[in-house]
Amino acid sequence: MAKENAQRTGEALDPGRHARVQHQPGLALLVGTRKGAWILRPDEARAQWRTEGPLFLGNVIHHALLDPRDGRTLLFAARAGHLGPTVFRSTDGGCSFREAAKPPAFRKAQAGERARSVEQVFWLTAGHPSEADVWYAGSSPEGLFRSEDGGKSWDGVDGWNQHPSYWDWAETPGETNSPDGSPLHSIRIDPRDPAHMYVATSGAGVFESLDQGRDWRPLNQGVEANFLPDPYPEIGQDTHCLELHPLAPDQLWQQNHCGIYRLERPAERWRRVGENMPREIGDIGFPIGLHPRDTNTAWVFPMDGTDVWPRCSPDGRPAVYRTRDGGESWERLDRGLPREQAWLTVKRQCMAVDSREPVGVYFGTTNGQVWASADGGESWRCIAPHLPHVFSVEAVEFRA
Amino acid sequence: MKVGIPEPLRGYTKSLVVEATGNTVGALLDDLDRRFPGIRFRIADEQGQLRRHLRIFINQKRARSLDTRLAPDDEVQILQALSGG
Repeated sequence: MAKENAQRTGEALDPGRHARVQHQPGLALLVGTRKGAWILRPDEARAQWRTEGPLFLGNVIHHALLDPRDGRTLLFAARAGHLGPTVFRSTDGGCSFREAAKPPAFRKAQAGERARSVEQVFWLTAGHPSEADVWYAGSSPEGLFRSEDGGKSWDGVDGWNQHPSYWDWAETPGETNSPDGSPLHSIRIDPRDPAHMYVATSGAGVFESLDQGRDWRPLNQGVEANFLPDPYPEIGQDTHCLELHPLAPDQLWQQNHCGIYRLERPAERWRRVGENMPREIGDIGFPIGLHPRDTNTAWVFPMDGTDVWPRCSPDGRPAVYRTRDGGESWERLDRGLPREQAWLTVKRQCMAVDSREPVGVYFGTTNGQVWASADGGESWRCIAPHLPHVFSVEAVEFRA
Repeated sequence: MKVGIPEPLRGYTKSLVVEATGNTVGALLDDLDRRFPGIRFRIADEQGQLRRHLRIFINQKRARSLDTRLAPDDEVQILQALSGG
């Protein structure tokens, strides 16, 4: 790991005059938005939801995550207005925060090297349960960072950031960037082995490491990239979201620019299960959610990928689609959602699934709504109608 | 020397005017960071580039590089522009 920046001492932060958060055990949704973060807490039936926040009003919060290992530590991937990227950290469930003493940053370019600066910290993943205090962060442009002290200080993962093929895998800053930058996202860790990791990017697809990030190789066979001369290249795919099932870690799902795919390791070739979606809906979208106990059940939120890619609900009639047979068939779930003239967009970090029974499913939209289902997607209600542009939704369980 | 701090950075300094030293803008930022940990990365990125909306003025003249020289009695103002909605 590089040690580029001088260690800084994190100062206590004021999360804002509206932030009145009290640590409270139980289910909650962490909602990151373009203008701050909110915490939504349900009643026992998950019918009524209370909105707490905003935390850090005016700051971009790309991802807000609770450490599942302690149920108390919160990390926010933030961009402080025009003041650049950082990470905010709370160890008391959101009552108080400190800024990372050493936020994720690339190493200073040596003579002859291309310089990179982190534009935004885009993705957070808590480390393996056996590695207390380890966290990973993905950035735009495509950087991978690791913290070994609970998110206080971050170092670049040189195996990715300095990989000999990095500039083949990364988009060129300022040239071909994805609309919100070129993020490295979907950092997934095999629950059986902390050294076995996957990441995804929007410009090159899925990559696998077997040695805790020291080396990487592409894992994109069978995944279409219909915007390239070779539609099935080794790299160049646009992975929107990659999921690894915690109970079946050999089972990978991805919602891609070109469709919905599934892979059963050790196989190398992805299978496009999105071809089983209704033709008139298609299988374009950003997020994918997995059932915590049923390895054959997943949810997607299809978007219009025709013509100039409106990226909103096909025909203005939003629906979640669910498979319960591993992608062989999909069913439309739209009870409670608007019937017409609702042009919703749901970004890659904006679908979440809780651990309750029956399972709860949630999504947040770019027009600032959060929708919830307490019955596996059968019926929906809007639980927060007027938030800013939603960047992430996570269903978490705070512990006492 | 006196350094004017923009409102968005007041969280680091608790004051809109602070004292710091340095014979270049970069050295001044280093000293500010020693006094107010974390503030340098908010003003300049890891490659030493001033962040896009940050401006530094020395005696009311804009400094465009961290190598810009400073004299002990210079007056430095750090300003932040706003754009977007």
